[in-house]
Amino acid sequence: MAGAFLTDILPQLASGAAHTHALGFAFEGLHDDASPRIRVPHRPDLVGDPDTGVLAGGLVTTLLDHVGGLAVWVAMDAFRPIATLDLRVDYMRAAEPGRDLLAQARCFRLTPTIAFVRGWAFEDDPSNPVAASQAAYVVNQNRTMRTEAAA
Amino acid sequence: MSDALLDRLPYARFLNLQTRVSGDELTVVMPFEDRLIGNPMLPALHGGSTAALLEMTAMAQVALAFPGARLPRPINVTVAYLRTGRPADVFARARINRAGRRVAHVEAQAWQEARDQPIASLTAHFLLDDRD
Repeated sequence: MAGAFLTDILPQLASGAAHTHALGFAFEGLHDDASPRIRVPHRPDLVGDPDTGVLAGGLVTTLLDHVGGLAVWVAMDAFRPIATLDLRVDYMRAAEPGRDLLAQARCFRLTPTIAFVRGWAFEDDPSNPVAASQAAYVVNQNRTMRTEAAA
Repeated sequence: MSDALLDRLPYARFLNLQTRVSGDELTVVMPFEDRLIGNPMLPALHGGSTAALLEMTAMAQVALAFPGARLPRPINVTVAYLRTGRPADVFARARINRAGRRVAHVEAQAWQEARDQPIASLTAHFLLDDRD
């Protein structure tokens, strides 16, 4: 369960870096005390295939990578350096054209060096995902970051 | 023309991806911009932007080899992050390992200063447009 310090900075961690800001990521709360959720808006410049109007697969990958990182910080209840080791995304169905996408993730195993995370991207319901991810992050439990800037 | 493919895909344009064609092989460049930064402290590129470059490169390479009415659609992708992406241009190339009638298996790599020191590697399956 995330303490007040982390909960306070999660919105900044969700959207505070240049790339996540440019993509319009927005923090959508912490679900079940463990699963951060973020939203990416449907925007014409984020579409993958102009013939379908669906958001780009690469954007979904970025969304799942990022929300997975948030889930690791929630599991650690701290903001420490992490790095994505690898990330697999299954694209399970086409996203609905013109709709925002949500993503949430959960860290289901945290060791002193590695965090294992699963995530989902969806329009309304996590049980009907557009895409699902499984990722591993390298974590450093002994170092604390000195600034509050986003990763 | 696949060299124009990424030029007409909105998200590829958002990332300002530039396609170069050498015979039957594409090289895609993602020029550095501040808005690609994911970690301002290092600073480092957001891994997602590198993953998107790899995925777009793989898709464009498949579309070049197997032109169809519809774009190749990703079934799944796996990205391994090998090195920190520095605030500099990123290059990517993809190779089709096998293409059946419906599915293509593709590998792609992204690098910066040296091609033999990739910053990320992608393995992906794409669903091909029907080609009977």
